[in-house]
Amino acid sequence: MRHLFLLIALSICALLPAHADQAPTLADDPAVEARVQHLGEELRCLVCQNQNIADSHADLAMDLKKQVREQIAAGRTDREILDYMVERYGDFVLYRPPLKATTVLLWAGPFVLLLVVVLLLARRLRRRTVQAAAANTLSADEQQRARALLAGEEKQV
Amino acid sequence: MSRYLWPLGLFVVLAGFLFAGLFLNPREVPSPLIGRAVPAFSVAQLGAPDKTFSPADMKGKVWLMNVWASWCVSCRQEHPLLVELAKTGAVAMIGLHYKDERDAGLKWLADYGDPYLLSAHDRDGRIAIDFGVYGTPETFIIDRQGVIRHKHTGPLTPALLRDDILPRIRQLEAS
Repeated sequence: MRHLFLLIALSICALLPAHADQAPTLADDPAVEARVQHLGEELRCLVCQNQNIADSHADLAMDLKKQVREQIAAGRTDREILDYMVERYGDFVLYRPPLKATTVLLWAGPFVLLLVVVLLLARRLRRRTVQAAAANTLSADEQQRARALLAGEEKQV
Repeated sequence: MSRYLWPLGLFVVLAGFLFAGLFLNPREVPSPLIGRAVPAFSVAQLGAPDKTFSPADMKGKVWLMNVWASWCVSCRQEHPLLVELAKTGAVAMIGLHYKDERDAGLKWLADYGDPYLLSAHDRDGRIAIDFGVYGTPETFIIDRQGVIRHKHTGPLTPALLRDDILPRIRQLEAS
């Protein structure tokens, strides 16, 4: 019986929200925090490379969020803050890489591929139509027979 | 026949790219700081809190800046190599003690040896952000004019030191 009570008590504890686990947010102003969140989603966490710094709990991501918060407080624009990060960590820090000579293939690649595939498909379809047309052409004999069939003279053929 | 060779060719090319990708290091991110002046800072030294260190103090010398911390496991791994390097006197090394308590850092140096001329104490990691540090240990080579010439992320190995780092230093010292 005592075990049962313990079990119930523990279950209730587990269901209570664990406030202590939540990361503290340093900015009190929700508008500032929204901007931190927005910028954080644009920036890659270099420690855990497939996460942005808004989602990441890595030490570096925390520090970078702190930097973003401080720079917002100092009145910097979003553009300036992103430039600050790129100056230190390179374009790799951006989830949306800028259009440059080195990234043209990255941006244009999918469209070039689509164009190539559409051209190939068009060529193939055209060839098939020509082939089908050629297959449908009847010789002089066949045409005569067809005419005869259409005229309802099957019995004679 | 060619209608079967086509997809095969495509597959081989794709497989080739993916295979090559297995041997690339995704953690090796090119630093935009190469070729730029070392970020200016002035901060208390680890061993002498009343004294400060600034990169300007190293002007005229080729030097290494090594980012380390007592909590960093890979730093422990490369440390004996740095101690060896310091003994040869090949290059001046400055430590950047990164996001760590002073006591822990001093104890670590006492335990494992101190290869650095001095260590700058970057308690909150702010200086490291200016250097684009994202994975300790990191090693920067800085030339006489105070320009960052090379950066290595991750622990140094004897082969890397022999084939990459030391030749670069020699070249910078010769010029």
